[in-house]
Amino acid sequence: MHYSPAPLHIPDGFLSVVVAVILWIVSLAGLGYALKRVNQDLGERQAPLMGVLAAAIFAGQMLNFTVAGGTSGHLLGAALATILLGPWAAIVVMVCVVSVQALIFQDGGLLALGANIFNMAIVGVAVSYFAYQTIRKFAGNQRWGLLVGGFAAAWLSVVVAALATALELAVSGTSPANVAVPAMGLIHMLIGVGEGLITIGALLFVRAARPELLGRSAASGRAGRAVWAIGLVIALVLAVLSPLASAHPDGLEWFAEQQGFIDRAQSPLYDLIPDYAFPGISDPALATIVAGVLGTLLVFMVALGIAVNRRRRSTSTPG
Amino acid sequence: MHVHFLDPYRPRPSLIHALDPRVKLALALAFILAVALTPIAAWPVYVLLAALLLSVVLLSELGVGHVLKRSALALPFVLAAIPILVTAPGATLWEATLAGLSLRLTDAGLARFGSIVLKSWLSVQMAIVLAASTTFPQLLLAMRALRVPRLLVAIFGLMWRYLFVLVDEALRLLRARAARSAAPTRPIAGARPGGSVAWRARVAGGMAGNLLIRSFDRGERIYAAMAARGYDGEIRAFPMPPIPAGQRLALIGGLVLLALLVGLGHLL
Amino acid sequence: MDTGPFVQIEHLSFSYGNGHQALRDVSLHIHRGEKVALVGPNGAGKSTLMLHLNGILRPTTGVVRIGGLPVEEKTLGRVRAWVGLVFQDPDDQLFSPTVFDDVAFGPIYQGLPEREVRARVAAALAHVHMAEYAPRVSHHLSVGEKKRIAIATVLAMEPELLALDEPTAGLDPRARRGLITLLCSLPQTMLISTHDLRMVAELLPRTVVMDGGRIVADRPTAEVLADAAFLEAHGLEL
Repeated sequence: MHYSPAPLHIPDGFLSVVVAVILWIVSLAGLGYALKRVNQDLGERQAPLMGVLAAAIFAGQMLNFTVAGGTSGHLLGAALATILLGPWAAIVVMVCVVSVQALIFQDGGLLALGANIFNMAIVGVAVSYFAYQTIRKFAGNQRWGLLVGGFAAAWLSVVVAALATALELAVSGTSPANVAVPAMGLIHMLIGVGEGLITIGALLFVRAARPELLGRSAASGRAGRAVWAIGLVIALVLAVLSPLASAHPDGLEWFAEQQGFIDRAQSPLYDLIPDYAFPGISDPALATIVAGVLGTLLVFMVALGIAVNRRRRSTSTPG
Repeated sequence: MHVHFLDPYRPRPSLIHALDPRVKLALALAFILAVALTPIAAWPVYVLLAALLLSVVLLSELGVGHVLKRSALALPFVLAAIPILVTAPGATLWEATLAGLSLRLTDAGLARFGSIVLKSWLSVQMAIVLAASTTFPQLLLAMRALRVPRLLVAIFGLMWRYLFVLVDEALRLLRARAARSAAPTRPIAGARPGGSVAWRARVAGGMAGNLLIRSFDRGERIYAAMAARGYDGEIRAFPMPPIPAGQRLALIGGLVLLALLVGLGHLL
Repeated sequence: MDTGPFVQIEHLSFSYGNGHQALRDVSLHIHRGEKVALVGPNGAGKSTLMLHLNGILRPTTGVVRIGGLPVEEKTLGRVRAWVGLVFQDPDDQLFSPTVFDDVAFGPIYQGLPEREVRARVAAALAHVHMAEYAPRVSHHLSVGEKKRIAIATVLAMEPELLALDEPTAGLDPRARRGLITLLCSLPQTMLISTHDLRMVAELLPRTVVMDGGRIVADRPTAEVLADAAFLEAHGLEL
């Protein structure tokens, strides 16, 4: 067993700076509010409980099962966390999981972390909450409500997070919407089934061992209804936007160009100083060669410095 | 079993390891931001950024191979950018028909694809050096310096501590499952060893549920242990020691250099 | 300083939220300097009783006094500084990223200045012979090492009473011997909950036996251990 990266974690380099920064801001706002709400609910217990449960979701993601032909599925956990902890604690826990994955295991980038938090912790939790609470309302306290609600929440959280990822890539100009959206969507409709089954397995175990834990998930009052509504809106918007975007990829392309002034090949400055490539050098190929020579010199000097330093270290410590 | 397989930290007597974690985190984030801000196809700047990265990798004494091997982790995501090769508008470099689909490789597509892959690769390597040369407690200190809320830093600290405990618990559960899942000595007609995929997924789910329940209880016990030593919900820690002047200078120098490189990229 | 018993528990009963009554009319006095064993089968209420000593759990009925002060919200700070509670599983006790952070936790929450905290940590770690472990990560330590550091985490608070839950559980013979030697060297008043009756015989002159949430015996250790029929009746074995 080893740490296996999930396909939803966007690495750095794939998102435009504007998209990354906007999603950072949205995610931080969501996290800030969630932290406040959890503090109201749990008080002094917040830090230890959130820390340990984040570790548990992380460890739970390592419990893989063989699907077929050497591939294996494993838990992502947003739905499970939402059902067991309620939306606010689930957001905090998933933010911790996604952040540690990026910081320690480079699963997902650091600049892209805002987007990954948005997709898995905010969208994933809101959509799970919407799906689960809706179905539970119809089912009352019956077993099928737990199973169908758990499955739907898990499946939807994965699929919707994948669609959000695809749209973010399209808006960044990294992947055309008419390819990315159906591809990501279809793959995650399958992955979502695994997520659904594994979530059901976890819920059945909890129901058998500690049924009282299943009662806590509903968030109270207006904020709870707000999460439900946000989940509904996100699910609806993505359900409408995704086919639209893949049918008319030019729309997103236009979007990408509008904000793409930062990562377009030709910057506005290019027009101002047309023939000025590298200080004093006009030919781009030549500029690259000069950069290569400079870079090689730098690396060579560093390597030399290290070698000298090592020799000094080994002579000063005999044996 | 003193180095946990999950802990990416590799102790070395290097300059990079000795760097103040606050300076290191700030510079690593600045490098990744600089890479992101460098325009598509600014090849000379990519070369300089790569040289800078390679110097840092060498200085860290982690071994170029170690960093390269770990950087392969981000590789699968490159798939997502492949379509851009044939969809970006630009001058045709190469044309082919695949299963009735006419594909046109364009110069703009190639430049964009190459830039995305290169940017991603440079960023992930810097993140690897950061994680491999900085202990997690040091990272927590750096997060505090970057104004991450104290409560969140405390949660990260607790998560890190119990990550290993719970991953070991998860490993024990997996081992117990492996010990009981023997293949039948003679194939039974109509029966598949190991059950259906759905059943296997539910078994894995049951283990995850088990882990979560135990964690609820452990969370309560940890809270009791914290309360017994006076914890009152407020997160307290020592004031941070000042950053030495030399390191401050390194931070400013690094930031200026990165800003220059980004500026250069936009001039090209 | 008051001259009465340091720990004074009067008619303490306690029920958990789920209705399970864990303690029934427990009264216990412990004087300064006493070393007391708390024995009995699992589920007898030993751990529940220990958690009352510094207010983690509060009595359903009855009173707990520490150093003359009733344990209640406004005395918690002082009581928790006096009573060093060491939990059975050191992984629960050691919740910080490094050994230093864990040992410093109590003193920091006592409001001590940084210099004093550092001095306390150094002294506590030296006391349990783990001085060089301060920068280590707790996860990489052996059970015996974790148990010693768990004790250091409360020694750093300079408590009057050490309340230890199963200190020798899960230790190999050598680590157990080392821990008993360590406990012998500590001057504090002690209440040790344990199944390890050989350690009790060696270390603790007074034994309190619990069963079914009640105290069924409170006598000199030698007498309790000599009464084979009584021990067997309460699921104990030397």
